Amino acid sequence: MRRLEFQRRERAGIGRRGLILLAGQLAVVGVLGLRLRAIQIEEAERYRLLADENRINIRLIPPARGLIFDRAGRALAENRPNYRIVMIREQAGDPEAALDRLEEILPLGEKARARILREIRAKSPFVPVTVAEHLDWHSFARIAANSPALRGILPEVGLTRAYPHGEATAHVVGYVGPVSERDLQAQETPDPLLQIPSFQIGKTGVENRMESVLRGKAGISRIEVNSVGRVMRELDRTEGVAGRNIQLTIDLALQRHAMRRMRGESAAAVVMDLASGDLLALASTPAFDPNLFVYGISARDWNALLNDDHRPLSAKAVSGAYPPGSTFKMVVALAALREGLVDPAETVWCPGYLEIGNRRFHCWRRGGHGHVNLKESLRASCDVYYYEMARRVGIDRIAEMARSLGLGVRHDLPLPAISEGLAPTREWKQRTQGKPWLVGDSVNAGIGQGYVLASPLQLAVMTARIATGRAVAPRLIRAIDGRPVAPEPAPELDIPPAHLAQVRAGMRAAVNERRGTAWGARIIPREMQMAGKTGTSQVRQITAEERRAGVWRNEDLPWNRRDHALFVAFAPVEAPRLAVSVVVEHGGGGAATAAPIARDIMLRALYGGPPPLSAYPAHLRPEIERRQAEEAEEDLRLPDPAPAGRDRA
Amino acid sequence: MSLHDPAEGRAPAGFLRLLHFNWAILLLLIAVAAIGFVMLISVAGGSLQPWAGRQMLRFGIGLALMFTVAMIHVRFWRSLSVAAYLGSLVLLVAVELIGSVGMGAQRWIDLGFFHLQPSELMKITLVMALARYYDWLEPELVSRPLWVAVPVAMTLVPMALVLMQPDLGTALLLAAGAAMVMFLAGVSLWYFAAAGLAAVALVAAVFASQGTSWQLLHDYQFRRIETFLDPSTDPLGAGYHITQSTIAMGSGGLTGRGFMQGTQSRLNFLPEKHTDFIFTTLAEEFGFVGALALLGLYALIVIFGLASALTNRDRYGALLTGGITSTFFLYFAVNMAMVMGLAPVVGVPLPLVSYGGSAMLVLMGAFGLLQSAHVHRPR
Repeated sequence: MRRLEFQRRERAGIGRRGLILLAGQLAVVGVLGLRLRAIQIEEAERYRLLADENRINIRLIPPARGLIFDRAGRALAENRPNYRIVMIREQAGDPEAALDRLEEILPLGEKARARILREIRAKSPFVPVTVAEHLDWHSFARIAANSPALRGILPEVGLTRAYPHGEATAHVVGYVGPVSERDLQAQETPDPLLQIPSFQIGKTGVENRMESVLRGKAGISRIEVNSVGRVMRELDRTEGVAGRNIQLTIDLALQRHAMRRMRGESAAAVVMDLASGDLLALASTPAFDPNLFVYGISARDWNALLNDDHRPLSAKAVSGAYPPGSTFKMVVALAALREGLVDPAETVWCPGYLEIGNRRFHCWRRGGHGHVNLKESLRASCDVYYYEMARRVGIDRIAEMARSLGLGVRHDLPLPAISEGLAPTREWKQRTQGKPWLVGDSVNAGIGQGYVLASPLQLAVMTARIATGRAVAPRLIRAIDGRPVAPEPAPELDIPPAHLAQVRAGMRAAVNERRGTAWGARIIPREMQMAGKTGTSQVRQITAEERRAGVWRNEDLPWNRRDHALFVAFAPVEAPRLAVSVVVEHGGGGAATAAPIARDIMLRALYGGPPPLSAYPAHLRPEIERRQAEEAEEDLRLPDPAPAGRDRA
Repeated sequence: MSLHDPAEGRAPAGFLRLLHFNWAILLLLIAVAAIGFVMLISVAGGSLQPWAGRQMLRFGIGLALMFTVAMIHVRFWRSLSVAAYLGSLVLLVAVELIGSVGMGAQRWIDLGFFHLQPSELMKITLVMALARYYDWLEPELVSRPLWVAVPVAMTLVPMALVLMQPDLGTALLLAAGAAMVMFLAGVSLWYFAAAGLAAVALVAAVFASQGTSWQLLHDYQFRRIETFLDPSTDPLGAGYHITQSTIAMGSGGLTGRGFMQGTQSRLNFLPEKHTDFIFTTLAEEFGFVGALALLGLYALIVIFGLASALTNRDRYGALLTGGITSTFFLYFAVNMAMVMGLAPVVGVPLPLVSYGGSAMLVLMGAFGLLQSAHVHRPR
């Protein structure tokens, strides 16, 4: 029985079903093999690429930013070591304890401590977190010396931008700051460098407009990372290209002098070299400390800058637009001469006003100037003469002359917000205001009031062109990476030299003749004498009532309603080298306020340093001597060698 | 069962049994395990610690277990089959009650020296019980509905317990293993066709239930299935595993990146690189050649295993051998299909290569049963 049972079992083996199962399983093995082949042979290349993408990260090495120098090679913007300390959690162990140890050397403060702890918990343990930066050398050295006791706390040196002359060059050089969303959107294909968290970009001034030259090209380091981003090793590295250095036409000493001379005023001054168009000084006061922006300006400092009625953030020298006042009279005179509508010897009767229709236009001198010819009109700045000229010439030809002298046109400098000013025409008024041009508008324009607007830069260009008879163009970049930038050629102006000579004679008389408006700002040595023109432009309408009551003395008015004071000049008269323009907002009279400033700046530029006292009229010498001594003492203390050693944790 | 049993008389006795071992399978197992050691050394960065050393020790214990089991007559194991099955069921229930929570599911019991996964044990004891059942059943009856219902119930009970853990992958492997034994036993193909249709209907029902209150699967299981169907929908989440795994294998190319040169594994882009995804590391470092070599070794084990089953005239021994070989086949086929993106990620180890004690010991014990059936087969 047993045997039978066993034999039955034997018969009932698995036979055919077993073979089918084997075939099925081998078929599955075959499918697996084919799939393996598809992945590993046919698509191997693609997957190899994907694997490399996985493991290789491209890290950018920021290039050193180009430096900015003045024309003598003095640094205006430089890269300073940024001493900072970072903490790496996995090396530090307990971050709280590590910070406690650190605080025995460097107090951080509650807020900074909270920020560091928050950041360090949010990041992977191997990512360095900045604990403090912009440390002074002393604290940094103490931490470095104690580093064996401060496990996980590492001293590091980076680069940061510094402006050793701070306020003096703030408006020209500008400043850098962290890249903002707006900076990124402003560019079509943003440089990947901008994505680096600590990267800084030019925000204003030359730093901003010459960004592409200063930035340089990023170096690339290819590093292998694992799946959580830890760096395993560097595979290779291509060094970047440092940004190119820029040499400006600015003369730092002159710039500093101009800034100091206008201290306390809301003013601007421009000094231009007549041969090359080099801008030797481009000063606007008050200014601000660009270094504050590099570290991230505090809300308090920022609000203080914004709310100052002297507008420290504004680069008034290029972006200010003022009624040019009497400094515009040369333009009107040249236009009248060119049109043949006046002879230089012809006199105009000035009774103190000009009546046109039923309106009376007053001369600044209530009693009038009597018989006035061209030279006298410039020397005494007679308004009635120019009312008459403007009426004869018409606004469109005045505007044409203004444009050829550089007013109402944009001068291309690597600075933001360059003012175009305004040389109005009939067409312009019709277009923008929908009203026809009136004769009264021309009369107002004749003395640089009404619609006419000019920036200090444009006034300097105008003066330079009158002095040279050439279309001198201003420029700010002298050399890039040591290679000089060729100045623009300055073609002859389409103005007969005789006309220019007559206007220059009037300007010369205005400064160097006893009855000239700027006699008080004259220069004594003959070979340095300047020719100039004062200007006082109203920022308000004088009512008939005020005129009767006699309340139009500037000192009686609030600051922001006082007249602007202007002065333009070139020197030396015989062989002009330099042009200067000065605008003092609400400064009162051009002769009293602007002309002396222009004279001091001009002398400084002519002599290339503090001028001899003999250049000044005798009665001014004691005052000038005192001021020069003060200035020399101030120069000894500067420049401030280190950025404020504050903890910027 | 007397000594005069003619069938028994022909079987070798004592240490002579060693000579009648299925040496081909034994050598293949050792070869596969050796590949596993090499890979575990590689993923540990060239060190025996923490995986390869312990894996070698376990393989040694496994070999000892295999020899021990093989030396005992298959008749003994046949008589133990039902008890082993019931014991596994008890353990499966126990794991529900006292099991530790690991990987979001209760799967193992801590025995002190190693973690016992009753579901692993069940894969083998279910095969034993089914072999015993068909050994006992008259062959003419195997396709009668009542006699089909019994093994189906024997399969469904442990499946339900495993699903409660919940471990869908192992539950499906249990079903597939049982189905193969029933196929070998000669159950009518109509039943398989019907079961196939039922499975399709069930899958449809499962998907229809998604998002309803009577949802049949866990959310993570739905996610895994969706990711399997289209890994790119979730490249950083669940699809990350499959995507990275495919990248790793593909970047290996024909000959691989070299021992310990696999960037994907070494830089931790691969998940579970020492357990479920170890085949990926092999394919990355030794390329198509290496991966195909391992696949070939597995195929040879299947061939020798099923050949042994085919030639075994003892019905229990044949079904047991066929069932164990099929279970082994399911392990590696599902694991490889998973890492190649042909199947959802279900958490099945690569047999003898993946790091893990429980699966290794159970598998070596199972091969001990296979050897015992081979050694003591009637001649």
